[in-house]
Amino acid sequence: MDKTVNHKAWFLVLPVLVLVAFSAVIPLMTVVNYAFQDTFGNNVFFWNGLGWFEDLLHSERMWNALGRQLAFSAIIIAIEIPLGIFVALNMPKRGVWASLVLVLMSLPLLIPWNVVGTIWQIFGRVDIGLLGYTLDAVGIDYNYTQNPIHAWVTVIVMDVWHWTSLVALLAYAGLQSIPDAYYQAAKIDQASRWKVFRYIELPKMAGVLMIAVLLRFMDSFMIYTEPFVVTGGGPGNATTFLSIDLVKMALGQFDLGPAAAFSLMYFLVILLISWVFYTVMTNLDKRGG
Amino acid sequence: MSWMAWTTPTALFFVIIAGLLIAFTILAVRFPETPRRGVLGIETTRGDRLFITLLGSAFINLAWLGMMGAALQPWALLICLIYAAAVFRWV
Repeated sequence: MDKTVNHKAWFLVLPVLVLVAFSAVIPLMTVVNYAFQDTFGNNVFFWNGLGWFEDLLHSERMWNALGRQLAFSAIIIAIEIPLGIFVALNMPKRGVWASLVLVLMSLPLLIPWNVVGTIWQIFGRVDIGLLGYTLDAVGIDYNYTQNPIHAWVTVIVMDVWHWTSLVALLAYAGLQSIPDAYYQAAKIDQASRWKVFRYIELPKMAGVLMIAVLLRFMDSFMIYTEPFVVTGGGPGNATTFLSIDLVKMALGQFDLGPAAAFSLMYFLVILLISWVFYTVMTNLDKRGG
Repeated sequence: MSWMAWTTPTALFFVIIAGLLIAFTILAVRFPETPRRGVLGIETTRGDRLFITLLGSAFINLAWLGMMGAALQPWALLICLIYAAAVFRWV
């Protein structure tokens, strides 16, 4: 059957366009305008051309924050995706236990970011926190407020704790959609556990795993609240990720021009990576993956 | 509108982007096309190629600014034009 062509139907999209214009397009345009100017307040602006962009491209501070951000996203994806798959593979497939495990797995996802940050901020403290106190008691000199490596480990473990269940739930949904016939065929062929995983489960999970990687990447790339509450970006600048640095610049120092230029570059990187993921995902769909 | 801090160059930038979007929408309505597969191995329509061109141009401009400095910036636009032609021809 031919698809009906009705261009007038586009007018029905108008309310959404207006909403997006107010919530995204107009603010983004304002950010572009700010990025080329300097202001000292009172809505008075001075033209600065490409100055802020040039400064930022040569700023060690921004490159370091970007490096830390990429390292953080890469580490948490490298841990959360395999761990999520492992958890999903071991979750009960049906019955009361399946429902119970699903509820338990969803719990960390329901906790607001700032509460997660506060939980780990206290949990890791050497004086009153269970984790910090225990580590200290067994002789490990753990202190996330002074040691950059400890701060990184804490922030990463916190993210893994908070978000691995999202990956597990997505992978679980992918696994549940595999018909039993595939497993029966594998059994007849006497396929090993690894081969069942490699040739049946993994290809069938590819689509949802791609979504999981995309979600985790985007979320970790703009992470702000959790590390801000736990470490405040410290010790020194050790856990100052892009968004923490951006907020420091925009609201701490009130440097609107450089912060706007920073935001635009941040936005471009996110746009590029989202496009790559989106393209890979839609191509996977077309190949029937 | 003063809070949006408009300037002539930034307004011109948005007018050009909006113009491109309108032109490509009219093109898509008047001359519908089927997606094609180019050097990237992905299916693209004219709109996709415009997006790839604009996003790539932003990075070309930033890279040029970082390496050559602001004084030579107009030359980056020339590279963008060549890049755009290449994208529309081969991607």
